[in-house]
Amino acid sequence: MIAPVNPTLHTTSRNENRPFLKIDQVEKSFKRGKATTHVLRDINLVIERGQYVAVIGHSGCGKSTLLNIVAGLTNVSSGAVLLEDQEVSEPGPDRAVVFQNHSLLPWLTVYENVKLAVDKVFGATKSRAERHDWTIENLSLVHMTHAKDKRPGEISGGMKQRVGIARALAMEPKVLLLDEPFGALDALTRAHLQDSVMEIHARLGNTIIMITHDVDEAVLLSDRIVMMTNGPAATIGEDLRVELPRPRNRLQLVADPTYVRTREAVLKFLYERHKSPSLDTAA
Amino acid sequence: MTAHVRSTDFVETSAGRLPATVAAIPVEVTPKAANDQGDGPVPAAHENTDQPTPRSRFAGLAEKSGEWLANIVPPLLVVLALGLIWEMAFSSPTASLPPPSKIWAEAKDLILDPFFVMGPQDIGLGLRVMTSLQRVAIGFGLAAIVGVLLGALVGQSVWAMRGLDPVFQVLRTVPPLAWLPISLAGFRDANPSAIFVIFITSIWPIIINTAVGIRNIPQDYRNVAAVLRLNQVEFFWRIMIPSAAPYIFTGLRIGIGLSWLAIVAAEMLTGGVGIGFFIWDAWNSSRLPDIVVALFYIGVVGFVLDRLVAFAGQIATRGTAAS
Ligand SMILES: Nc1ncnc2c1ncn2[C@@H]1O[C@H](COP(=O)(O)OP(=O)(O)O)[C@@H](O)[C@H]1O
Ligand SMILES: [Mg+2]
Repeated sequence: MIAPVNPTLHTTSRNENRPFLKIDQVEKSFKRGKATTHVLRDINLVIERGQYVAVIGHSGCGKSTLLNIVAGLTNVSSGAVLLEDQEVSEPGPDRAVVFQNHSLLPWLTVYENVKLAVDKVFGATKSRAERHDWTIENLSLVHMTHAKDKRPGEISGGMKQRVGIARALAMEPKVLLLDEPFGALDALTRAHLQDSVMEIHARLGNTIIMITHDVDEAVLLSDRIVMMTNGPAATIGEDLRVELPRPRNRLQLVADPTYVRTREAVLKFLYERHKSPSLDTAA
Repeated sequence: MTAHVRSTDFVETSAGRLPATVAAIPVEVTPKAANDQGDGPVPAAHENTDQPTPRSRFAGLAEKSGEWLANIVPPLLVVLALGLIWEMAFSSPTASLPPPSKIWAEAKDLILDPFFVMGPQDIGLGLRVMTSLQRVAIGFGLAAIVGVLLGALVGQSVWAMRGLDPVFQVLRTVPPLAWLPISLAGFRDANPSAIFVIFITSIWPIIINTAVGIRNIPQDYRNVAAVLRLNQVEFFWRIMIPSAAPYIFTGLRIGIGLSWLAIVAAEMLTGGVGIGFFIWDAWNSSRLPDIVVALFYIGVVGFVLDRLVAFAGQIATRGTAAS
């Protein structure tokens, strides 16, 4: 079975006052030559351990930028991201990312892609046999052991995304960052993967930040939906709790009044108060 | 898929001008989306993620044998026809060049036994080719190692690129033989000089193509490496080399061709027992049929070298090419 996510976490979690992940007054502008684009302003967010947070907003508003800042792949212009009181300044395996386009290394097999991460993160602490087992265990978590010797070019988009998730989970990250993980998949595959992620979240209790532009996905999966206003200089417009008990079943939820209400609130935000600017000009 | 590497490929990169290849030699290039990555960390959208499904092996095999015949018959016919024309054009006793029948009569020993040894300077053409190939192996091998390392440096660092690229652009236009006098002066010996000429001739396309390959590593792979905190050495072996392999092999293939061009020319001047000097020697003793046979050897060996590097490239880039 899966080992506890991170044994050290339990000691720190007793301190209730300390936020687990804190995004504090983050601002971000990109400079290109003389032109400066102000992408994010005044972003404040405190995320508890084990929380599943969905970030939703129209395309181009700065969701990926926010996620990359938490990942350490992009620097803030001002403000800070604190993970367990440590300021995030560079990327690291404690903040594993599942990228939108899977970004598996095409010259490695499915197994080798996950093993690369396992070897890097646990090279010093696990034996060779343990690392092999851990790789297989994470592949079986996403039901991909049958294709472990295939290369990314030989498997479907949904399978690639599963492997990307396995690679991220195998790092035992403190925070799992998902950038529109199911965006490019057909509805059926997407539903399957959503169920897988819910199941994994229930079993491991990971802290997850997931970017999405799918309202149903956000309501189904998350504990909390962070809605972003339109860019430029986007910020958090609304922060909504999803008060639905787990485990959740997509079929039963459809008629659930809380589900319907939450869904409506997000839709209202996205399509009335913060209409897509591109739709505006088209009208 | 065969494509001509156009000198305009990848010319504009965010950090400056970088030509795709040194020479416009037709080479097989793995189609790969040439992304111009910004310096931002947002994953660049690259289109090389989806690939055709592999064909069934069996169907491929049957198709291959037919293809093979279709590939071998036309060139055979052309060679036969050319031989006939040649024979007719030069069969008069006053002709300046020997016809094939005369070459066969006078240079039969060279054609039939490539590996005879009749004395220190009288050996078969196969053995001569071997000594030339030895020099090429050393010179080209060094060029491959140094070229890939320098190319990685230039591709990875904007400042190395700014400093080194103009120097490379000037040096790469120097013809192989122009290097010979200065290398003779430096090494005071024919053999290392010939090797140096090969090295300096073949290194430029390797450097430049490697640099282009490194610059085209998708931002996604860099992000993966960053999240995993791969160190420089791990990044070089696990990401850079495999990702840039199609480009590196393009450079190696051009490089091996140039090596072979350079060695024959260099040996004409430096002497020894290589195939190049054999031609020069035959010319001085008016053995024209021998020269024709040697030319044939050189052509075939050059062709085989090219195919070998291409084949190695196909094997090495199977993973990358599939994506
Ligand atoms: N490296 C960069 N340089 C300049 N502008 C950027 C860079 N990355 C993102 N942007 C800009 O920031 C804005 C937000 O982009 P992004 O975070 O990718 O949006 P989203 O993920 O919400 O679709 C866009 O207008 C984009 O053009
Ligand atoms: Mg995005």
